[in-house]
Amino acid sequence: MADNPTPDIDLPETAAPAPKPKRKGIKRRIFLAGSALVVGGGIFGVWWTDSSVKAKGNAMIGGEGKPAFGSIMTIGEDDTVTVYSPHIDFGQGSHTALGQMLADELDADWEKVRIEQAPADLAFANAALAKGFLPTMAGDFAAGLIPDAVIGMMARSMPLMITGGSSAIRFTGEIAMRRTGAAVRAALIAEAVDRLGVPESELTTADSKVTHAKSGKSLRYGELAAGAAERSLASDPVLKTREQWKLIGTGVPRRDIPAKVDGSAVYGIDFTLPEMRVATIAAAPVRGGKLESVDEAPALAVKGVEKVIKLPDAVVVIGKGYWPATKGLQALSPKFSDGGHAAVNTPAVYAAQGKLMAGGKPDNEAGEGDVDGAFKATGAKLVEAEYRVPFLHHAMMEPFALTGHFKDGKLTIWGGLQDPLSTRVKAAKAAGLEVDQVEFVPMIMGGGFGRRFPDIVEIIDQIAIIAKQVPYPVKLVWSREEEVRHGSYRPQSSAKLSASLKDGAITAMRIDYAQSGNAEGEVPFIYNLPATSRRHFAYQSNQIDGPWRSVNATQLGFYTESFMDELALAAGADPYQFRRKHLAEGSRHQKVLDEVAKRAGWGTPLPEGVGRGIAIVESFDTIVAEVVEATLKEDGSPKVVRAFAVVDCGTTVNPLNAEAQIMGGLIMGLSSGIGEAVTLDKGAVVESNFSDYPILKLADAPPAVDVHFADSGAKTGGIGEPGLPPATPALANALASLTGKRIRNLPILTQAKA
Amino acid sequence: MAIAFSVNGKPVSVEADADTPLLWALRDDLGLTGTKFGCGIAACGACSVHVDGNLTRSCSVPVSEVAGKSVTTIEGLKSADGVLHKAQQAWIDAQVPQCGYCQSGQIMAAVALIEQVGTPTDAQIDEAMTNICRCGTYPRIRKAILAATGAAAAAEQGAA
Repeated sequence: MADNPTPDIDLPETAAPAPKPKRKGIKRRIFLAGSALVVGGGIFGVWWTDSSVKAKGNAMIGGEGKPAFGSIMTIGEDDTVTVYSPHIDFGQGSHTALGQMLADELDADWEKVRIEQAPADLAFANAALAKGFLPTMAGDFAAGLIPDAVIGMMARSMPLMITGGSSAIRFTGEIAMRRTGAAVRAALIAEAVDRLGVPESELTTADSKVTHAKSGKSLRYGELAAGAAERSLASDPVLKTREQWKLIGTGVPRRDIPAKVDGSAVYGIDFTLPEMRVATIAAAPVRGGKLESVDEAPALAVKGVEKVIKLPDAVVVIGKGYWPATKGLQALSPKFSDGGHAAVNTPAVYAAQGKLMAGGKPDNEAGEGDVDGAFKATGAKLVEAEYRVPFLHHAMMEPFALTGHFKDGKLTIWGGLQDPLSTRVKAAKAAGLEVDQVEFVPMIMGGGFGRRFPDIVEIIDQIAIIAKQVPYPVKLVWSREEEVRHGSYRPQSSAKLSASLKDGAITAMRIDYAQSGNAEGEVPFIYNLPATSRRHFAYQSNQIDGPWRSVNATQLGFYTESFMDELALAAGADPYQFRRKHLAEGSRHQKVLDEVAKRAGWGTPLPEGVGRGIAIVESFDTIVAEVVEATLKEDGSPKVVRAFAVVDCGTTVNPLNAEAQIMGGLIMGLSSGIGEAVTLDKGAVVESNFSDYPILKLADAPPAVDVHFADSGAKTGGIGEPGLPPATPALANALASLTGKRIRNLPILTQAKA
Repeated sequence: MAIAFSVNGKPVSVEADADTPLLWALRDDLGLTGTKFGCGIAACGACSVHVDGNLTRSCSVPVSEVAGKSVTTIEGLKSADGVLHKAQQAWIDAQVPQCGYCQSGQIMAAVALIEQVGTPTDAQIDEAMTNICRCGTYPRIRKAILAATGAAAAAEQGAA
């Protein structure tokens, strides 16, 4: 779209009265992963009544001298507490934070707490996640009526052990970890009461000990554990109040970091087995295309190449190492069909999306009030703008790599994926096996950002099929080119926003957007307007769209927060004050916005050539407002010189780690907004590697990010994703204030060059 | 063909085609998986090592070119008695890594910078640290480099 001025349209007078203002509610979120509704899975909890499942989980993690509790933790004779996390930690720090939550309620000595990955077994399916996500699907009312045991069964039947939706702390931490810690503490105290023959009221706990102050006697948890494990755990133990927390809210160092600075951490791509071979793959360049033919001979002529395998839509070369396999693959000239998608290209997708919206028949809609009436009201000034955002690649730094070994009728897979349980299900289906015949060993992940949800990960099917055809273990590694061209992208999306202004205030707003997935229920609309409408027009290209860090809040945040600045301009108002007056008075949102404005010195003079922008987005129950100050380099590309983020996630479990997550999200938002785009030509992805899919580098990132947590005590929100969405619009707003040119299409760099 | 060189002070010999990138000789032949594969085109720096003290992106250097040379990888940064390099310790202190995958390369780049200029300025850090980190740990990388070289302490003293 050209940089045309926003049209002001004077509409004929109508008699429609202004609708009565009320708190508007585009509903709470439903978590979407790809096209599937995810209830989430992961682990267990002490409140399960299904004792056989709990016993199985306990047997898997516990043992002689190491009794297990609630299939979530063990206590060793030496007082070592081992917490088993159902979530995979791919750098978001959830393992440490979950350990903190349990250890705090347990009154454990933090130095003696270890956090391990829970096995990929149904015994560890996550009832806490199911319970956490349920209210978003059925409403809080219905969720309260479903017994915990039923929720546990649902989690196991899904069957998921998912890491995503910024859910670890929100659900598993709040529901499973804290309750387990508190219940086990109560069992340890009960055991001490019997052993010491003193009333419970005279006992205190701290540093993994139960102490009787009157007699000066104390018992270590390690001494009490075996007896405590024989006791039934309370299903609804008393939790600490905020004032009683010792570990929750402190920035303890992450436990996984030392192994990540000396090369000793073993990621999925690093895994090796004796006799293992390495494979690499080329899938049809056009998503949906098939392998028509390939002459295997040139690959087999390469030294070190052992085998070529044809899949329906790909060709695989197996060699003694990655390099011979790569050379073998490069020697091939496979012929692929285009799946009938030859006409798909980036402009055509935008055009089709625009046409859908112009047709005016949405697939989903939400909102309240009489928007059309307000648009036509006397004296209303209508502002309209169209926005476009491209497909985005996750660019996790570790390319996909899974090792598979099929032996004695059993398939074992090693690697990093966001949901170990559904990985087993998917692999079993691809290999024609029963789920019980497939084992999955989760490993450290080199990034994920939404790319590693099994339902959109083709390499699971690929390794399952390949491993079944060879007698040795085989590690399948995707090249970066394969990674870039066969992603599950943040959807390419178009939007048309319109709003009416009267007396400097918004009387109604409509957001039409066209893309694959419906964002309603996921991304809340935070402004308190008399009338709102958000309409989704479903458009599916030949690409696979997936969750990309913060999911639909990226594009909807960009649309809404850019448009708010356009409206402020049209109203002749300051962007911060304009937002402020459209947020509910005294709300958490308004406080977060005020705080970021204060910290950033909103309104203070800026150096020559620097622009300042603000944006606020709520996602995953966390409200984040950001201010960025940006300048333009000689080549016309933007550089952020200062950045501020104020975060209300209710409770901040580990501020040190939470700061890193917000900082990282903000920088990923800047990176994607500035330069990232996956484009299509003849149905295939044009970009191939970091050479043409540029990721922001250190020199162009803000030297520091001022991150502040509001710690409001409200319901705990996520932290891995919500730092991202405000960054792109805050930057676009900063640049618009600097240049007067509104950025309506991303990435920014394409326009700088155009 | 057999290619001999040294890695982390120990002589090694790999049986590999001359065009095999050093990265894959290290990872697949020598089992040194701390050096990571990120892009294969020297764009991301995850594979950074030192060859005769020079920062090198090992995915784009044929192993035959390092014959007779001395290679240092992330596994070789610790002292003989197991003490972390001051950059590694600064990385822990500043809690830099998130997913951690790029950090071997980031640390190798930082060590090369420190060895070259001693106490780098912000501008020198900008110029030297061109490795990609998708998690966005850049502010903490900068902080760790400044802390490792005493620049952060000096700046604080200056401000006090």
